[in-house]
Amino acid sequence: MAAPMVEIRWHARGGQGAKTAAMFVAQAVLAKGKYGQGFPEYGPERRGAPMRGFTRIADEPIRRHCGVENPAIVIVLDPTLLDSPAAGVTAGTDGDTVFLVNTSLPPAEIREKLGVPGAKVYTVDATQIALDSFGKPIPNMPMTGALLAATPIMELGEMKEAMQKKFSEKFSQAVVDGNLRAVEKAFNEVVSE
Amino acid sequence: MTRTVNQELTALSGNEAVAYAFKQARPHVASAFPITPQTEMMHKFADFVANGESSAEMILVESEHSAMSAAVGSAASGARTITATSSAGFALMWEIVYIAASLRLPIQMALVNRALSGNINIHCDHSDSMGGRDAGWIHHFCENAQEAYDAGLINFRIGEHMDVRLPAMVNYDGFIISHKEDALYMLDDEAAYDFVGPYKHKYTLLDPANPVTVGPLDLTDYYFEHKYSQLEAYPRVFDVAQEVFDEYADLTGRRYGFYEEYKLDDADLVMVILGSSAGTAKDVVDEYREKGVKIGLLKLRMFRPFPADQLKSVLSGRQAIAVLDRSASFGGWGGPVFTEIRSALYGTADQAPLHNWIYGLGGRDFELGHAAEVIDALQKIASGGEVPTLNLLGCRA
Repeated sequence: MAAPMVEIRWHARGGQGAKTAAMFVAQAVLAKGKYGQGFPEYGPERRGAPMRGFTRIADEPIRRHCGVENPAIVIVLDPTLLDSPAAGVTAGTDGDTVFLVNTSLPPAEIREKLGVPGAKVYTVDATQIALDSFGKPIPNMPMTGALLAATPIMELGEMKEAMQKKFSEKFSQAVVDGNLRAVEKAFNEVVSE
Repeated sequence: MTRTVNQELTALSGNEAVAYAFKQARPHVASAFPITPQTEMMHKFADFVANGESSAEMILVESEHSAMSAAVGSAASGARTITATSSAGFALMWEIVYIAASLRLPIQMALVNRALSGNINIHCDHSDSMGGRDAGWIHHFCENAQEAYDAGLINFRIGEHMDVRLPAMVNYDGFIISHKEDALYMLDDEAAYDFVGPYKHKYTLLDPANPVTVGPLDLTDYYFEHKYSQLEAYPRVFDVAQEVFDEYADLTGRRYGFYEEYKLDDADLVMVILGSSAGTAKDVVDEYREKGVKIGLLKLRMFRPFPADQLKSVLSGRQAIAVLDRSASFGGWGGPVFTEIRSALYGTADQAPLHNWIYGLGGRDFELGHAAEVIDALQKIASGGEVPTLNLLGCRA
């Protein structure tokens, strides 16, 4: 029996790398023999504007092409989006939805901000980890590491291998190494309760 | 005989997947002008040229009109030729699009479907392709990156076949397929080229020993007869395409047809749809099947030539049929797919009531709920309820 499809929705601002992360995770799960689908919601693509990305992971080929309306996992790359009703971070979620938020605040405080009593909330300071690891406040890759702690879609080592393969074509090894460090750090530092 | 080859599961965008298919067919010439969302496809192809993986002559032109003109010149000289465009780019090619088909030049094009202006919109609908439906090209529509890759290869074989000799386009939804990271199986370069085979031109401008005239003035004396010979080619596409589909199925295990039947065998209610939305709708068909609703889906893959005879039998004996169009025909009576299906079924026995829904213009997301809305309406029609013939779906009307 195939496991149910996992639908992830990413909330971020233009420039934080949510598109790259949403598509990267879809590609990385191939190593597990799974099918992945990753895409952003293409808009005006302004740096700093709220945007959403989507990832689907399944044991079977994925047929639907619509945006993710009822996510199993919501990933928030920019905590200021929690204060913006228009960003719709909680839209279509229910008691089973897992929230993973880039913030220095503890999960209990984020849960209150989200207004979703009983929801499983994970937090990690991905921006600080990114600054420490490769000197830029781009939280996308550390959040993929944190995602693995929240949902075991694959082993950390498998994801790092996929990352090495994907990004070494485009970036220097120093940049890739910084991202790999960030992924591992976020994986280790993400907290729930 | 089945000789299924090993294929690797790969993650690529639809644009990248089609660029691979085009590279694997080893075209001699590529001419193109960039336009969103097609640009990434030709960008990837140009990478192959730059890094030596393709020996194609890359012609970077100053407009789409020139891109198609260069393609016509190239194909007329006997070269396997590719191009790509979207939306307004296709519209600007207009004059030469007809010439490509009239001269029977098997140019291959990726048409990454995007809305036409105005207002300016970069997202998906099928109005670009539908505007060109009478120009004489083969129109192949795809549900996902896998189908776009496969059709990218298959079209060479159909278009270049001596019984056909027509230009062909692979249509895939802008952004929804073109820019989505999707998982697909690809052939290795050698197996793909073995399937496509070398291009053998029949007449070439570059053979002084056997001079030919291409595109002369053709007035009241012969133009009509030349159009007659062109008209004769389209019915032959079906036999050729079927052979190619069969061969591709033996090779890859993926079987295609002019349309795909999904849970149609015992279906009383039918949704007809093309492109990426078919995948979304299939998930909803499954939900309704679990509830005992006899709903099925017909995904049209080939819109030109239109498989009217085949559709007559497959759509007969139903209770209600919904045709979904991702383009409008302004001032027409229903969308292009609707009028075509309606016309094909005219005069058949037990013709079910046909209703049209226009959806997804300018990239408006086709959600699971939209498919459900259509199935609910089909149930209402089947039980004698009143539903308008022409409807909009997902629009704040």
